[in-house]
Amino acid sequence: MLPRAIDAYRVLPELVWCGFGVLMMLMQPFVRSRHFFTFLALIGTLAGTAASVTAAMHAGPGFGGLVQSDSFSFFFRLLVGAVAFLVVLASGPYLERERLPFAEFYSLLLFAAAGMGVLASAQELLTAFIGLEMSSISSYILAGYRRDALKSSESAMKYFLLGSFATAFFLYGIALVYGASGTTMLVKMDSAELLHSTLFELGLAMILIGLGFKVAAAPFQVWTPDVYEGAPTPVTALFSAGPKAAAFALLLRIFATVPAATHFWFWAFWALAALTMFAGNLGALVQTNVKRLLAYSSIAHAGYILVAFAAVTSMAQGEGGAAKAAPAYAAVLFYLLSYALMKLGAFTVVSQLGGTGEKNLSLDDYAGLSQRQPWVAAALSVYLLSLLGLPVTAGFFGKFYIFKAAVNSHLLWLAVLMAINSVIGAYYYLRVIVVMYMREPSAEAAALGPVSFPIGVNVVLLITVAGTILFGVYPNPVIQFILQPTLLGR
Amino acid sequence: MLHGGHLLSVVIFFPAVGALALLLLRGDDHKFIRVIALIVSLAEFLFSLLMIRAVPIGAAGYHLEEYLKWINQPPINYHLGVDGISLFLVILTTFLTPISILASWKSIEHRIKEFFVMLLMLEVGVVGVFLSLDLFLFFLFWEVMLIPMALLIGIWGHERRVYAAVKFVLFTMAGSIFMLIGIIWLYNASGTFDLPAIQALLHTPVSQGGLELAPRTEMLLFLAFFLAFAIKVPLFPLHTWLPDAHVEAPTAGSVMLAGVLLKMGTYGMIRFCLPLFPEASRRAARWVAVLAIIGIIYGALVAMVQPNLKKLVAYSSVSHLGFVVLGIFAFHNISMQGAVYQMLAHGISTGALFLLVGMLHDRRHTFEISEYGGLATPMPKLAAFFLFVALSSLGLPMLNGFVGEYLVLLGTYQRHWGWASWAALGVILSACYLLWSYQRVFFGEITREKNRTLPDASAREKWILVTMAIVTLWMGIGSTFITKRTAAATQDVIDQVEPQRAYEASAPHVSVPLAKNTSASAAKAALSERLGVR
Repeated sequence: MLPRAIDAYRVLPELVWCGFGVLMMLMQPFVRSRHFFTFLALIGTLAGTAASVTAAMHAGPGFGGLVQSDSFSFFFRLLVGAVAFLVVLASGPYLERERLPFAEFYSLLLFAAAGMGVLASAQELLTAFIGLEMSSISSYILAGYRRDALKSSESAMKYFLLGSFATAFFLYGIALVYGASGTTMLVKMDSAELLHSTLFELGLAMILIGLGFKVAAAPFQVWTPDVYEGAPTPVTALFSAGPKAAAFALLLRIFATVPAATHFWFWAFWALAALTMFAGNLGALVQTNVKRLLAYSSIAHAGYILVAFAAVTSMAQGEGGAAKAAPAYAAVLFYLLSYALMKLGAFTVVSQLGGTGEKNLSLDDYAGLSQRQPWVAAALSVYLLSLLGLPVTAGFFGKFYIFKAAVNSHLLWLAVLMAINSVIGAYYYLRVIVVMYMREPSAEAAALGPVSFPIGVNVVLLITVAGTILFGVYPNPVIQFILQPTLLGR
Repeated sequence: MLHGGHLLSVVIFFPAVGALALLLLRGDDHKFIRVIALIVSLAEFLFSLLMIRAVPIGAAGYHLEEYLKWINQPPINYHLGVDGISLFLVILTTFLTPISILASWKSIEHRIKEFFVMLLMLEVGVVGVFLSLDLFLFFLFWEVMLIPMALLIGIWGHERRVYAAVKFVLFTMAGSIFMLIGIIWLYNASGTFDLPAIQALLHTPVSQGGLELAPRTEMLLFLAFFLAFAIKVPLFPLHTWLPDAHVEAPTAGSVMLAGVLLKMGTYGMIRFCLPLFPEASRRAARWVAVLAIIGIIYGALVAMVQPNLKKLVAYSSVSHLGFVVLGIFAFHNISMQGAVYQMLAHGISTGALFLLVGMLHDRRHTFEISEYGGLATPMPKLAAFFLFVALSSLGLPMLNGFVGEYLVLLGTYQRHWGWASWAALGVILSACYLLWSYQRVFFGEITREKNRTLPDASAREKWILVTMAIVTLWMGIGSTFITKRTAAATQDVIDQVEPQRAYEASAPHVSVPLAKNTSASAAKAALSERLGVR
């Protein structure tokens, strides 16, 4: 079947992102201006994000059902696009400081964004695999972008080795699922005989392992702290917000279309959620490096999102499940949005305060920050309080909706575990705030004077803080959007 | 605007506006910042006084209600209202805030702007807690108030301030996160976060679309709420955060903490635990009472052996709040009114005690009782005030502490005489530790040379203390002004928790004349009790 023009519209954001990425690679030998590439990358990310509106206006399946353009993919394209845009804004000053080449960085970033876009709109497993690989391979390179730094290379190597292992699981899972059902199209996997087919379940388990790696769910989370710590911090910001969201999007889509998966995955998600929360929070408790602490906190937050997934699986079983599970879906989507805002902001602050070569990452370097740089300390506190889940921040509503989903589907024990974890989490987030506000700066830190915050970084902080507080006070528009019955195009 | 429909919003958010204005000021003009903060808090106090007119005597239910749709899915509304119970707690808050600001006039020396901003934001949170009628909104204010309080302790506190601040937050969060689950569970059962709506549903038969919670569910929900409140109060085994927080907090922080924050816990029990989960409350009452009585006696005993004056006052709070919890869970209107009154009285007298301890600390920078002694000679005025406040705290008739304690004991006695007799031990013990510590600090020989030249109360301090003393005296004599306004609201709570007794029980206002007579008829009983001690 030949692709039609409308098919192109339905993947327009990805096309635009890829197009700008290729353009930048081509122009790299000829143009030396750093500002030019930054500008081009900003235009590219924005144009792709804007193109997702076009894609949403031409909703429907594209390329014979390989991808699906609907409100769901619209949401994730906007999210991924916004994340990419903010990362570009924040990484300009970073690249300049670390004396790293601009063009490749931005084009890799754009390819990664395109991969995530594909992942979020894929309706077929091999397409999803392509999206996964696009974003993963770009990520591997980005993680090792500080070639001279040992940690960065370690990060890339670890990520690559473990990542390809996980991808192999994913691919093998697809093969098994194909063997059992005779198709890779998600929509065709709804036959009743698949409900208890061992082969199919084995395939699903493999897919879950592959995606579990991507979202850093325990016991597949071991890579996360090292990779997050070693990667250039703007890239870490991208990792924690982008690929995670895209992988969760694919999981959600599988739930929405494959009844057997919903049925089979419930206990898997229950266990994953509980394990991941504890692995993340207990790991974070003992960290003294802020970047690593935030990495562990990412694991913990993946755990919270998995609680909502357990709620989805529990609600979506049986008749009329899709409608009942809608609030749980909404919880996941809202959480991903608020999580992206706060994590992006927090990592941006860490990136800027790190200084040349990312040397100042330890908790001691943050002592007395509130006196040296009150606004930065206030912004970081907003992110941390949001991660902690205190009211008047987006993180609170995110947590509230997940609690609600869990209680709704009678997962009380999971809710209680999550509550315990929230309190553990409160301890280490507070520790950072305590250091910033209640400790006097060390002599060296005071001698350094305030770190400069360039305009691009300030814009990122402004947007993320404003978003965190806005969605914490008035989440109505977002909630209304993600609760619409035709979210997944049906 | 002030007489119209938005008074409660004004009362909640006016300090926030003031805090915002302070933030925009330059930080180096300290005098100006203090004056602005004081003016804001005084204006706020006047606003809150306007609410008195709106709460009619003898009418239960909520007044000055405000209702605004906020979040569609799930339906969360901005619903405020005031009744006899919350009215005076709000006024207590708005009264203690300017006092705290005055008390911090000199003793806070660094980051002055931030300090007053935090104090005003704390006021926003606390007043919001007392005025919210939507469970979600209540929870929101409940959590929001944590951060300013933690920062007040953690930045401007004493040596172990960071430990105390973190402990305070973690304890409170541990309780409140389960309350959040409880709130969501209750929403799932009832379909609304609106407190009056849930109450109405509970009173509607199931056949007509009402709500009935299974006993096990009700108990779990009760516990989820109760845990959060009991930590805040704090009830006996959960009290360990309190001494740390109090000792390390700056004076203003201690005043607000003891004065109003602890009351959020007991207020929550009255407002949520009893009316929403009456059956579970009845089943749990005896256990709660046991814990309360242990708290009364244990708090008093530990206070008695404290070498640290501030810790002594902190433990006395554990003891006094035990009376409040006992009064609430005796399910008698008189004891309930006593509990409410004790909340207010404790706010004033313990607040004043913390102010005095803070004034001593300003002079000598220590809380150790052994460092003092014979202070009555260099500072007779401060000593006189201290005695007055100590007497009010231990429940001397004619002063505020007496009314609350007496009503609690009287009401409790009529339901469970055993509870009342145990609790009465606390009254005796409180006389012991307060008077003994007073003797050690102010009487005897001056043992430390430094103490000989300490200055007496300054003009500012005298203003603060005279104000507190007047309120103390007024609450001891004119208690009916308050009790006649709380009577209907407390009776309403009792009726909800024990509907079958509502008919046999005496008319709702029988307590009013009783309260009127307290100082006369009851003085004799208490006097003999006290005489027996000595």
